[in-house]
Amino acid sequence: MSAEHAAAQQGVTSGEYIAHHLTYFNSIGGKQQAIIDWSVINYDSVFFSIALAVIASLVMWLVARRASAGIPGRVQGAVEMLVEMVIDQTKGVIHSAESRKFVAPLGLTIFIWVFLMNAMDFLPVDLLPNIWRGIYGAAGHDAHHAYLRAVPTADINITMGMSLTVLLICLYYNVKIKGIGGWAHELVTAPFGTSKNPVVAVILGFVNFAMQLIEFVSKTISHGMRLFGNMFAGELLFMLIALMGAAWTGANVPSVLFFIGDLVAALAWAIFHILVVALQAFIFMMLTLVYIGQAHEGH
Amino acid sequence: MDQVNGLVALACGLIIGLGANGACIGIGMMGGKYLDSSARQPELMNALQVKMFLLIGLIDAAFIIGTGIALWFGTSTFLK
Repeated sequence: MSAEHAAAQQGVTSGEYIAHHLTYFNSIGGKQQAIIDWSVINYDSVFFSIALAVIASLVMWLVARRASAGIPGRVQGAVEMLVEMVIDQTKGVIHSAESRKFVAPLGLTIFIWVFLMNAMDFLPVDLLPNIWRGIYGAAGHDAHHAYLRAVPTADINITMGMSLTVLLICLYYNVKIKGIGGWAHELVTAPFGTSKNPVVAVILGFVNFAMQLIEFVSKTISHGMRLFGNMFAGELLFMLIALMGAAWTGANVPSVLFFIGDLVAALAWAIFHILVVALQAFIFMMLTLVYIGQAHEGH
Repeated sequence: MDQVNGLVALACGLIIGLGANGACIGIGMMGGKYLDSSARQPELMNALQVKMFLLIGLIDAAFIIGTGIALWFGTSTFLK
């Protein structure tokens, strides 16, 4: 509810409210102008993603250190279920036991990390930005420029960074499993095969290579964009719902209706979002496993 | 400016609406097939459920990406 009061007290329009909440706390101290600007660093996304990774690692380390072979406690049981789920999924997709030693922990890391980053959406949209505004103002800066976005996966840089890393791992396994020559051979022969006629073979080689290139690019982009799109749309909807409560002008009928609408819509969307958060984390992990599994299969 | 606003509104509606059409038809067909097959072979229900959720995510992706872009267009045009 702090959203509505903050918005009403400071007299910002709904457009300014949304724009303020969609601006990162970055190294240029304002909205990024160009669509692609390599010199900008979003400190908030970096901070929250690393902080969540540290928290997750600490919790998992504590559970692993206190794990017992006897009757497991609740936390240990939950973590064991999670680990077994990931191992089961990995076994279904990747058949090389040696690769699984690296890929299964990778899948677990991705699942927990993405889940926690997505779950930042459940905090009220104004909680962390308002705390940050207080700190920023207390430190002697202009509190109106205290920007903060709490959901790292609603930052396309984070999701595309993760999907690019997955692409690099796929390329590594392509080379490792098939060898440089084997992989190069697959690149020019894979979807459509080749021919004995040298002219046709060269043409088919170009077509095959183009198809492979398109496949890699579209896999990587859709992998990152899927997570980003879900989380960005979710975050934006929470903000739009918060604007309904911001229409409060006093104890009159429209204000009360907006207030009730805010509560109902926020509750409904938050419940649906629990599904989205868990599902997207699971899908990101499964697709990582599937893509790495594809790198293991020859055509 | 009014014309630009109107066209952006139409474009957002088309992006979300057409995307939702495709995603709903796809998920509906798949959900129906899933119910069919788990009625025939209930022992496969769990294995199929995981795959169905994975495919829901895949089918949803284009729609959700479109929705995100449309919301971005909409908010950056109308909420200035």
